[in-house]
Amino acid sequence: MPKVEVKKAGLYTTIQDLGRLNVAQYGVPQSGVMDSFSAKKANLLLNNEADAAVLELTMAGPILKFQSKTQIAVCGAIFDMYLDEKPITNAKAFQVNSGSVLRFGGLKKGFRSYLAVQGGFKTAVVLESRSHYPKITSASRLVNGDELEIDSLENTVIASARVNFEDQELFSNTIPVFKGPEFELLPQKLQQELFIENFTLTPAGNRMAILFKELLKNNIKGIITGPVIPGTVQLTPNGNLIALMRDCQVTGGYPRILQISEMGICKLAQKKPGEQVLFQLSEFY
Amino acid sequence: MQIKPSINRLGEKAILLQWDFNIAPENLNWLLSIKQILQKHVIESKVQIINTYNSLLMTYNCSIENIYNDFNALKSYDFTGISYEDFKGKLYKLPVCYDVEFGLDLDELARRNSLTASEIIHLHTQPVYTLYFMGFLPGFLYLGGMKERLKISRKKEPRTSVLKGAVGIAENQTGIYPNSSPAGWQIIGNCPVELFNAHTENPCPFKAGDQIQFYSVSKQEYDKIKQQIKAGKYILKPESHA
Repeated sequence: MPKVEVKKAGLYTTIQDLGRLNVAQYGVPQSGVMDSFSAKKANLLLNNEADAAVLELTMAGPILKFQSKTQIAVCGAIFDMYLDEKPITNAKAFQVNSGSVLRFGGLKKGFRSYLAVQGGFKTAVVLESRSHYPKITSASRLVNGDELEIDSLENTVIASARVNFEDQELFSNTIPVFKGPEFELLPQKLQQELFIENFTLTPAGNRMAILFKELLKNNIKGIITGPVIPGTVQLTPNGNLIALMRDCQVTGGYPRILQISEMGICKLAQKKPGEQVLFQLSEFY
Repeated sequence: MQIKPSINRLGEKAILLQWDFNIAPENLNWLLSIKQILQKHVIESKVQIINTYNSLLMTYNCSIENIYNDFNALKSYDFTGISYEDFKGKLYKLPVCYDVEFGLDLDELARRNSLTASEIIHLHTQPVYTLYFMGFLPGFLYLGGMKERLKISRKKEPRTSVLKGAVGIAENQTGIYPNSSPAGWQIIGNCPVELFNAHTENPCPFKAGDQIQFYSVSKQEYDKIKQQIKAGKYILKPESHA
C-alpha cells in the first residue's frame, strides 16, 4: 500500500472516522470527528463513504508528503494551504501526485479542519473504528515521521464537485441545544440565564470536553451516575459548565442540564479558547 | 418500585429511560430484563442500549424517523409484565494479590479504619459484588456491595500513575484499574487478570449484571497467573452454579 509521510505532525493531529458506536457497554468512549459536518463534506467531495477515516487538524496543521497519486479535500477550519507550494482552497477536491507535499500555514477561521484522502486513511481498525484514542489504538495522535497507508489508485479521475459551504452557519456563535434530563431542576432564573448569557471557552478544552469561563451559581444536587453522550452539558456544584465532546466518558454524575444538537457540537468544535457562544433552545419535532 | 420510566430524547440520536429507584441488584436485573425485551421485541432499528444504576440509554445510528417511531412505541409500552428474574448474570472469581508490594495504601486503610491487613482482605474477599456497568475508563467495573467497614475517602493527592490491575477503594466503591492510569483511589492490591483488551472481539470478559468475587493469592501464585496469561493459557470461566 502507498503511504503518506508525516513530515511534521502539527499541533494536535489525529485519525478520526465516525467513531465506535457499539462499545459504550464496555466503558469505551465513542470518539470520532469533532465536527462531523465538515468531515462528511470532505469525504463527500471525494465520493468516499461518510465514515472513511480523515485527519483531524487542530489550530496548526501538518506537513505531509504523498508517496502516490491520489485526491484530497480539506473542509472545516480555514487554513492557508499549499500543495507543492501553490496555494489551494478549502472545500474542493485536488489531485495530488506522487512526491507532492501538502503544507498547512496560518489559521484564518475556525479551529479544526478535516483532510480527506481518496478511499480514506487505512490505519488499524480497533473495535470497528480507526479513531485514535489512548489505550484503544496504539497511537493517540500523529507524530513526526509517521507513515499512513492509503489506497493506491491507478487512474484517478478528479472529482469536479465543489461543495458550497455553509460557512456562515458553521462559524456563527449560536449553538442549538435541547433541554437536558436535569434542566427542570434549575431555578427559573438560571434557566433563563443559560440562553441570554454569552459563554466563553477556556483554554482547558480538548476532545473530551469544553469548559466555559462563566459560572452559574447553583445548589442543585448531583445525580446518581448516569449515561452521558457527546454534546451533554453538565453543571458542577462550583457552577462550571462542561460541554462533553466526542472522547467523553460514557457516564457522569453531574446534572445534565443541556444536550447540544449534532450541528451544535460541530459548531462548538470550531471555536477557539477565548471565543464566545450563545446557547439557543430548540424543540424536538 | 416505580415501573413506568420517564422517557426523554437525549439529542437527536438517543432516548433516555429513567426510573426513580435506588441502587440495588434486583433493580439492576429489572433494567437488564427490560433491555433484553426492548432489543428483542420493541425496537426495530439497530440500536445500542447501555444501562447505569437507574437508566437505560438507547443510542441510534440511523435516521431520525426510526427514533421517532421507537420513541412513540416506548411511550405507550406496558412495562408491568416484566420480572427481574428474566435476567440472570454469571459469577466470576478473580484473584487479587494483597501483598504490600501492590497494596500501597493497606497501611493507611488499616490505620484509619482500625483494621488489620488480614481483616481488610477478609472483608474485601467476602462479598459477591454486582457489576452494574462499565465506565470512567474502558473496562472499569462499577461494582456494588462493598462492606461499609472498608469505606475510605480518596487520596488527598491523586497518584500520577498506578499499575495495570491496581485494586482500589474510594468511598463505598471498589474497583480495578484495567490499565495503568492516574488514580485517586486507595490502592489495596492487584488483580493479574486482563480486564480489557481492545484487540479481541469481546474486549471485556464481563457484562453488566454479572457477579464478581475476589480471592486472595500470594505473590508466587500471582506471578504464575501472570505467566499463564502471557502464554495465553489462562482462561477465566464463570462459576457453574451462578
